[in-house]
Amino acid sequence: MTEKSSTGMTDKSGPGMTDKATEMSTGDQAAGRSRRLRTAFAALGMLPVLILLAAGFQIMNPRFLTETNLLIVTQQSSINIVLAAGMTFVILTGGIDLSVGSILAASAMVAVMVSLVPEWGMLGVPAAILVGLGFGVVNGLLVAYIKLPPFIVTLGSLTAVRGVARLLGQDTTVFNSDLPFDFIGNGSLFGIPWLVIIALWVVVLSWLVLKRTVLGTWIYAVGGNAEAARLTGIKVPLVLLFVYGVSGLLAGLGGAMSAARLYAANGLQLGQSYELDAIAAVILGGTSFVGGVGSIWGTLIGGLIIAVLSNGLILAGVSDIWQYIIKGLVIIVAVALDRYRLQAGART
Amino acid sequence: MTAAARIETERQPVLEMRHISKTFGPIRALQDVSLTVHAGELHALMGENGAGKSTLMKVLSGAYRPDAGGEILIDGTPVATGDPIKARANGIAVIYQELSLAPNLTVAQNIFLGNEPRRFGIVDRDQCNRRAKEIIARLGVSFSARASVSSLSLGERQMVEIARALSTSARIIVMDEPTTSLTSRETDRLFEVIATLKSQGIAIIYISHRMEEVYQLADRVSVLRDSGYVGTLDRADLNASRLVSMMVGRDLSAFYKKDHRPPDSKRAIALSVRGISDGNLLKGCSFDLHKGEVLALAGLVGSGRTELARLIFGADRRTSGTLELDGKPISIGSPREALDAGIAYLTEDRKELGLFLDMSISDNISMGVLARDAQAGGLRDFATAERRAAKAVSELSIRTRSVQANAGSLSGGNQQKVLLARLLETEPRVLILDEPTRGVDVGAKSEIYRLIDDLAKKGIAILMISSELPEVIGVADRVLVMRDGTISGEVTASEGQPLSQEAIMELATGAAKG
Repeated sequence: MTEKSSTGMTDKSGPGMTDKATEMSTGDQAAGRSRRLRTAFAALGMLPVLILLAAGFQIMNPRFLTETNLLIVTQQSSINIVLAAGMTFVILTGGIDLSVGSILAASAMVAVMVSLVPEWGMLGVPAAILVGLGFGVVNGLLVAYIKLPPFIVTLGSLTAVRGVARLLGQDTTVFNSDLPFDFIGNGSLFGIPWLVIIALWVVVLSWLVLKRTVLGTWIYAVGGNAEAARLTGIKVPLVLLFVYGVSGLLAGLGGAMSAARLYAANGLQLGQSYELDAIAAVILGGTSFVGGVGSIWGTLIGGLIIAVLSNGLILAGVSDIWQYIIKGLVIIVAVALDRYRLQAGART
Repeated sequence: MTAAARIETERQPVLEMRHISKTFGPIRALQDVSLTVHAGELHALMGENGAGKSTLMKVLSGAYRPDAGGEILIDGTPVATGDPIKARANGIAVIYQELSLAPNLTVAQNIFLGNEPRRFGIVDRDQCNRRAKEIIARLGVSFSARASVSSLSLGERQMVEIARALSTSARIIVMDEPTTSLTSRETDRLFEVIATLKSQGIAIIYISHRMEEVYQLADRVSVLRDSGYVGTLDRADLNASRLVSMMVGRDLSAFYKKDHRPPDSKRAIALSVRGISDGNLLKGCSFDLHKGEVLALAGLVGSGRTELARLIFGADRRTSGTLELDGKPISIGSPREALDAGIAYLTEDRKELGLFLDMSISDNISMGVLARDAQAGGLRDFATAERRAAKAVSELSIRTRSVQANAGSLSGGNQQKVLLARLLETEPRVLILDEPTRGVDVGAKSEIYRLIDDLAKKGIAILMISSELPEVIGVADRVLVMRDGTISGEVTASEGQPLSQEAIMELATGAAKG
């Protein structure tokens, strides 16, 4: 009886197994090929779009690809890239931070106000960064430990921190024509603006954290599968606290950069809708909105695409109103093409 | 019409399912199953988890189309298959375990959801409420048609589901484990309603694991096993041992080759669980797990096995009870603390709760020990991770091109091995395996069994949850059976006497009491 059923088992499993094995190895090869292709595409990401845009604008206006203009483009994109780097951390965990524009405004106010203190003016920069970190940590605590949805938490702080920014200067613009750290906004090192150097430094540091540290791997893990991460022993709330803290800190840095560039800050106007440009840069860079997939280099390219678009459209003489429409459409079309390409990759 | 002819028409079954088979790719979910149901009859459908009951009912409801050759006859006339809308029009209604009501709407709105009586294209609320009231009266239950469903108890919500079935003039109602979440009073109520329905000539197909219910209600019982039809018993022939042997009756193959270690009281206790509860399903579970032992946790789906495992692992919050590891009391409030103490848990749902599908095999394997590996400044030690992954790939024969491939690119069995490799890296002393071979092909299965055996020989204490009885018998040294959130008994092997499937099944279904 036992013998009979055991041979029955072998008979059944024997050919089935080999079928499956051959099927799997050919399937694996095909899947491997398309996966490699996709990885190559993902690595390139939106770079071809950036190059095409630049080439197009160059044809329309030869002034586009000049050293002066390229420095202007990178300088203009630098603050957005710093915000977008922080946003990349948050979106990689599947979250969102809508409050960065408001945090930038509040930090810039603090930067200018501290810069007015005699002898201690340089402290405006660390003060701005600390203020940003503080707001980011509050966001993080609410998301990680009170377990409120990130969209709601940061929508609330978008409004509340904007109010704080206005309160700081009694709703006026604060000036300091003798800003001790104005070199950050207007100076250069070996011909490269400090703003650009800071932005690149932030991108490289972010890459280091995301790809080379344990914490970075945890960030991808939490975004890829938060419950699995918890069951693997990862302290998910700490990881969340970290990413919102980083986003706030970089928004604070952005505030200091902005104050240094303008010698002034206004709690009402500064940083309005900056969060949208930062999110657009991250999404253009191919980072998945549900988390777990993406890279900081993509964000860099996404930020540059946005800056090139604004600059190129101005050079081409397109009106301000049409710039908005075209920018919006380019974002949607670029991401749609990206999705389509990845899906096509998955099909073959 | 002669008397004989009248009897003949009365005996015309309301439903006949003939030669129903269903395959999904290489997997055969149903094989030549036939079922005959008469009007006014309660026909119970029994079988182990995965025997094919749900698949058969999905074929009936039109969710699945049977393979060629299978047919469904209503009143002796073949009807279209694989079409849920036509199935409903033919009088077939299914009441699922997870109720499908919209809690924010009223009872009447739910009863006529998607089928609202209209006047001039607008929902006729008066008619809706009036007709709902009639149907509720027919069931003899006492809530208002205008009540919001969210204000009703689970049992009352089930009545709403039944009312919905009646609103579409159902003649065959399928109830899938209807009493699972009901109190005993609600269960009595349901049985009264079932009697009313039967007296109105409605046929009921009743899926249940609970023997006492089947004894109380069934006119006939059909048993499925391993996707096939085993037989049908009339009420008069019902008895527990016969039913159980029909449900489990199969021989153990040489597939599970292992030397059974009879329980050894001298062996040290690794984990001692005392009276732990979750304030919900689990009520005071206690047991001891010895070093080097494979202890199986058997029981039906929903009996609380996974919940118990998650509680020990700290994945859910414990409301009472204590744990002792190697004789010392431990407090575990999170998976991190459990892992640090030396308890590891393999989830039953590797895609949703286990793997990081977009990350590499190497990262997946090292995920639990990244902090331990880290270099100065929290930098990753990629070389160690790669080496460890390469070792796991060769030791567990994980079939992949590279340890850098995404975990999502692997087959089910290989994914399971990646998860096992991750757990083993944490060097557990107690290993909890929840359905370790679910969705895994035969080859990987036997490799996992071998691994379990090896680990036990090294002295690791293993608690294995499994819904497959042959697996339980073949792999475990000792079996605990759970039922309704408590441990209902223990089955041990003795000299020359293997673990008894019948004994496990009796404890799991409560047949031993009845």
